Amino acid sequence: MTLATARGEKYAVDFKALTESRPVSDWMSELRQRGWDHFDSIGFPTERRGNELWKYTNLAALDSAVFAFQRDEPGEVSAEVINECAPWSDDWTTLVFVDGRYSEMLSHVSADAGVEVKNISDAADDATLRENLAQHAAVDESAFSGLNTAFLADGGYVKIADNYEATSPVQLLYFTSPGASRASFPRTLVVAGNNSRSKVIETYVSLGAESGFTAPVAEYVLGSGTGIDHFRVLVENEESFHIGTTRVYQHDNSNFTSTSFALGPKIGRNDLHVLLDAPGAECTLNGLYLTTGDQHMDNHISTTHAKPHGTSHQFYKGVLSGNSRAVFSGKVLVKKDAQKTQAYQKDLNLVLSHGAEIDTKPSLEIYADDVQCAHGATAGHTDPEALFYMQSRGIDQKTAQAMLMRGFAAEIVDSIGIPALQDFVQGVTENTIPLLQAAAD
Amino acid sequence: MLQVKDLHASVVDADEEILKGLTLDIGPGEVHTIMGPNGGGKSTFANVLLGRPDYVVNSGSIKLDDEDIVDLLPEQRALRGLFLAFQYPAEIPGVRPWQFLKAALDARRDYAGEKPLSVREFSKLFDEKVEAVGIDPDLVKRSLNEGFSGGEKKRNEMLQLEMLEPRLAILDETDSGLDVDALRIVAEGVNSLRSPERSFLIVTHYQRLLNYIKPDVVHILVDGQIVETAGPELALEVEKSGYEKYLKAAAG
Repeated sequence: MTLATARGEKYAVDFKALTESRPVSDWMSELRQRGWDHFDSIGFPTERRGNELWKYTNLAALDSAVFAFQRDEPGEVSAEVINECAPWSDDWTTLVFVDGRYSEMLSHVSADAGVEVKNISDAADDATLRENLAQHAAVDESAFSGLNTAFLADGGYVKIADNYEATSPVQLLYFTSPGASRASFPRTLVVAGNNSRSKVIETYVSLGAESGFTAPVAEYVLGSGTGIDHFRVLVENEESFHIGTTRVYQHDNSNFTSTSFALGPKIGRNDLHVLLDAPGAECTLNGLYLTTGDQHMDNHISTTHAKPHGTSHQFYKGVLSGNSRAVFSGKVLVKKDAQKTQAYQKDLNLVLSHGAEIDTKPSLEIYADDVQCAHGATAGHTDPEALFYMQSRGIDQKTAQAMLMRGFAAEIVDSIGIPALQDFVQGVTENTIPLLQAAAD
Repeated sequence: MLQVKDLHASVVDADEEILKGLTLDIGPGEVHTIMGPNGGGKSTFANVLLGRPDYVVNSGSIKLDDEDIVDLLPEQRALRGLFLAFQYPAEIPGVRPWQFLKAALDARRDYAGEKPLSVREFSKLFDEKVEAVGIDPDLVKRSLNEGFSGGEKKRNEMLQLEMLEPRLAILDETDSGLDVDALRIVAEGVNSLRSPERSFLIVTHYQRLLNYIKPDVVHILVDGQIVETAGPELALEVEKSGYEKYLKAAAG
């Protein structure tokens, strides 16, 4: 028996245990099985040769790590810890999940007539859920969509009624509890009715220092004329693996605005794909990543323009220090029918140390002839001219550098627009700046 | 107040010297002007005084109140009362002028052993100065110098000068690229700040600014050295006859 088989068997044991301890409805069971079959047949994409999708991110360490899958009760998390470690507002609806398991006790629901928020495993009878789950993140799309679907149980399901404007944000808060190296596979589905408006926050936080593995899959479906402001907040510890998959499907004249904030993981991946599948759809995908130590953050961002008059923006910013590495692999695909497309891509990086590395690769693939597209990327140290200017006013170099870093991040952070969330991200950024500075050259 | 003696300086990692034995004294309350042809070292001198890291001092001294500041960091020089109004002020993305000046003033007051101004006190002072300098109040809500026109950047330099009240203000070709109105604002700023304790060093290529600011002393800087020092009449003379005679002498 090879080691690889042994590891595969590890997940197999957990899968078998899950089917026994957490039975779900037939259609969900079937999904699980398809997910498992797919993962089981391909395993993790650890191949180094010709593996274009994982060219800059080596998953060998993930492949060899062993995690405890949480079959029974989740680890304990107190309300105080939540307040400290995650964004929170009593005005929001927040569903809390610990180690992949829903916690009704820790969750908080604010009544909002046109917004249904449920735990996925409690909503098996919901026709909309059944119609959409695993339709946009296909089970056989990748090892991680397969694995996540195999372990389908709890997760956030949000449904917004047609023509409804949500009064407050909905947060799906996924914790990894301390005390063990845990694996969890959170699932999110958001289906927003025609001409609705909503704000959805996905937050992933590891509370302990142990190595953990989180492989979430989130699907967003936007009806005609619909707007979603989406936020993806990642505050993982530096021993953790986080491989996230987000799939967005947009109908005509819908608008998806997404802001990703990523901090921490040993190996992190934010794989976000948006399909503009009808005319006049628009998406804005912003992100900020801060890396230091031996962290690795891979932003794999892609937009497909399938129909005319679509607009897309990809705008990511990174601050790298220590021996960390980040990847921005941004792709825009403009199909033949997608005339009058406008697409813009930009990735800007502050690289504070010689040990840090950014691989930035914005790319456009265009099959329509009447389009307007532009892309760019930069990487550099804090501007020496700006530093001298600030120093010449009496601001010491360290403070000046911190102000420049804060200013660099502000472009993303200040656009969040939900006060409690913005404060949280600002606070985390503020606490991270000294760590980045300490590892700078 | 400021004594520069036999100062030699070059660009880091370059052999050729730009300042080749520059000597100059500025007393308290005096306004000095340095004029000279392009490439003579005017801007280098202004920047070396503040310790720009692109330059290295090879020999000589810069004394501020008898303390040699050659080895001090730019911020340490600033805290001791030096100020440079930049020819090309840097753009600072994401940092607002308000925030920037608060940090600068806090540092200065801390160095002087004073408590930082409260946000309210600071805002009041800031708003007054913004009005006095004639900056569009909307402009100071943006990122510092980002997207500012040339004139707006220079006004912003004057705002900082007025806020920080240095003991020795160096203006590096602040007049270049300014229209008459902006020029007058710069001059008014300088004139209103003139006091027996505060000195100015105005680096300029043209005599134009000196129609509004009357210097006590005019120096001609050619090829890294002060070649002539006299009263304000020297500026007018140079305006008429140019720098040719100095250049010839330097070449000969």
